[in-house]
Amino acid sequence: MKYLERGYLEKDELPPFPSKERLRKKSVAYIECPQPIPCSPCYEACPADAIKMENINDPPEVDYEKCTGCMKCIRVCPGLAIFMLRLRNGGIGEVTLQYEFLPWLKKGDRVRLLNRKGEIVGEGVVNWVLPPERNDHTSLVRVEMPAELIFEVRAVKPVEVRK
Amino acid sequence: MPMTRFEDGRLQEHPILEFERKREVTIYFNGKPIKAYEGETVAAALYAAGIRVFSRSFRWHRPRGFFCAIGKCSACMMEVDGIPNVRTCKTYVRDGMQVRTQSGVPDAEKDVFAVFDNIIDRFFPHGSHYKKFTSPKPLRNFVTRQLRKMTGFGNPPKATFGGKAGYEEIDVDVLVIGGGSGGMSAAINAGKYGAKVLLADENPFLGGQLVKQTHRFFGSARHRAGTRGIRIAKILEEEIAKLENVDVRKETWVFGIYSREVGAFQRGDEDKLLRIRAKKIVVATGAYERTLVFENNDLPGVYGAGGVQTLMNVYGIKPGNIGLIVGSGNVGLILTYQLRQAGVEVAAIVEAMPHIGGYFVHAAKVRRLGIPIYTRHTILKALGKRSVEGAIISKLDENWKPVKGSERRIDCDFICVAVGLSPTHELLYQAGCEMKFVPEVGGIVPLRTRYNETTVSGIYVAGDVAGIEEATAAIMEGRIAGIHAATTLGYGGDEAKQELEEAVKDLEEFRAGPFGERICQGLEKCVIGSEVRI
Ligand SMILES: Cc1cc2nc3c(=O)[nH]c(=O)nc-3n(C[C@H](O)[C@H](O)[C@H](O)COP(=O)(O)OP(=O)(O)OC[C@H]3O[C@@H](n4cnc5c(N)ncnc54)[C@H](O)[C@@H]3O)c2cc1C
Ligand code: SF4
Ligand code: SF4
Ligand code: FES
Repeated sequence: MKYLERGYLEKDELPPFPSKERLRKKSVAYIECPQPIPCSPCYEACPADAIKMENINDPPEVDYEKCTGCMKCIRVCPGLAIFMLRLRNGGIGEVTLQYEFLPWLKKGDRVRLLNRKGEIVGEGVVNWVLPPERNDHTSLVRVEMPAELIFEVRAVKPVEVRK
Repeated sequence: MPMTRFEDGRLQEHPILEFERKREVTIYFNGKPIKAYEGETVAAALYAAGIRVFSRSFRWHRPRGFFCAIGKCSACMMEVDGIPNVRTCKTYVRDGMQVRTQSGVPDAEKDVFAVFDNIIDRFFPHGSHYKKFTSPKPLRNFVTRQLRKMTGFGNPPKATFGGKAGYEEIDVDVLVIGGGSGGMSAAINAGKYGAKVLLADENPFLGGQLVKQTHRFFGSARHRAGTRGIRIAKILEEEIAKLENVDVRKETWVFGIYSREVGAFQRGDEDKLLRIRAKKIVVATGAYERTLVFENNDLPGVYGAGGVQTLMNVYGIKPGNIGLIVGSGNVGLILTYQLRQAGVEVAAIVEAMPHIGGYFVHAAKVRRLGIPIYTRHTILKALGKRSVEGAIISKLDENWKPVKGSERRIDCDFICVAVGLSPTHELLYQAGCEMKFVPEVGGIVPLRTRYNETTVSGIYVAGDVAGIEEATAAIMEGRIAGIHAATTLGYGGDEAKQELEEAVKDLEEFRAGPFGERICQGLEKCVIGSEVRI
């Protein structure tokens, strides 16, 4: 389990990608939670029976065809391990992630895009948020970025710090 | 970099927490006025005012700061309103309070005896006080008196006790000692079947360690996973409030178990001594933090991870500008994330093992913020004179020895030691419970049945004191201990007995994964046959 030496997943350790067609249809949950830990709220939250988990210690596995993109799982995941992914037309992609820092991000904010190691890989724009007060202080932030980055970007930081 | 506003050392905003600061008061530290807010401890207020040296060590007069912030290490002892050896991390500020450091001349900060650190071994090697200045008698008396003063054990109280001292005798079915997740759960589960319960905790709030856990918990939804630790504390407290037969005593410190009678001291408008006669006792006193051996590990600025959490998440005080975290278990990883949420930088996490100790998802959370995790690394020393100014870390080889030439300086102004906890088991020893050293569960723990009853019949354990695990397991153990105590007293009937078996099964299932493996190995060494029948 090399990922436990580094604290991030390398390409060959990632879960299978959803198909391009699926990613174009609507957003889909992509879960990066490979280690068996006693945790199951994502599985319990899913109304579409899209998350497979044999027992509480079993890592979750998403059936991308069953996933409706409802975002119930990403709202509760304590591991911040779920990302909603989507492809739009014109080479644009979207990643929705959990965000718990000040200042809170708002629609229209420009953000730096960080990969799993915290390296800056580009810039994006926030195009939707679930405000923190609607989800016990975990905001959901959807960020628009170049399509090829949706399997890389896993954190964002505001470009300029507002007063 | 996320920005969070600070003012006078205190966080003014936080993504998750709201700090309610009560009335502003003034306390006096070695005569100097210090601003504080009611509800803050003396140590927290001093820290916010930039004070880092709280005491001096006995022999070498090395500076000491706080370490644990929960009353377990005694590094923060000072003279408060004329009373010596008061733990300032457990003492709440009051307007006009006089606080003095009790070691060092003129005070702990500028102690002139600090020169001892360099010379004392040359002139007075260890044990020499048995041989030097022993006669004539007047000289011995004189030297003894001066030495006592220098060590900083404090002077005899100048103040006489001014409060009113009351006394109360209480009879209960079940006494629960400790109001953390384990204790609260025990009180709820014994109480719901009708047992008369008293829950005592030394803090002015319930929740134990939960009150600083701002993150969402793991487990299943049934175990309140996905809910923040701080909210779980509130939910449990509300459940307790609904039970009329559960009496909650906060600021109540249990100091002794004398067969089935218990002595406690309750603070309040009237301080009083409690004599509690209990048919069953659940000990849920939690754990304290371990430290680690490295050069200068006693320097102010080297803190327990939980101590920093308390300072930051309970009192809203900024621990420093940039920290180094030692240990990559869940506590170290979560603390790192919480520091960033409070707008504090983290230079790195070092971990001696070849892999991360905590959950991968916790590590990934901080790694993607650009915080390096150095596995197979350790801290060699802390740098600085009166407080931490940096640290030297080094790689470790396969034999856990530092690799020469791999040393590297890390700039930081505080260091958090997150290398594990040890059970707070003193009361169990005193009660005569049979104890055993089981490293898998964190150290010396009591032998117990599968219903968490110790070898002293009627005394139960729940939570970290029974073995270091986590809050969900503590809640489940509290449930088992609470129901067993109630049902053996005749409460609850078949329903309770049935729930008890379910509770035991639930916990077994919870521990069935790889993370529970070590716990289970440990438990095999300390769970005795279930001779306690129901
Ligand atoms: C940084 C960190 C992160 C954690 N993350 C998680 C997590 O994600 N999920 C999870 O499940 N768990 C987590 N935990 C663990 C969890 O918080 C603890 O395991 C749990 O709180 C233990 O509960 P307890 O009741 O045994 O002890 P505590 O919560 O420590 O409570 C003990 C109580 O007893 C009181 N007490 C002690 N002695 C006396 C006495 N003599 N008289 C009166 N009162 C006394 C203390 O004041 C305290 O309130 C975390 C812990 C830490 C430190
Ligand atoms: S987004 Fe909705 S449907 Fe898809 S996995 Fe999550 S909870 Fe299930
Ligand atoms: S809720 Fe999150 S951390 Fe828990 S199992 Fe699901 S993906 Fe993993
Ligand atoms: S006892 Fe106060 S800091 Fe440890």
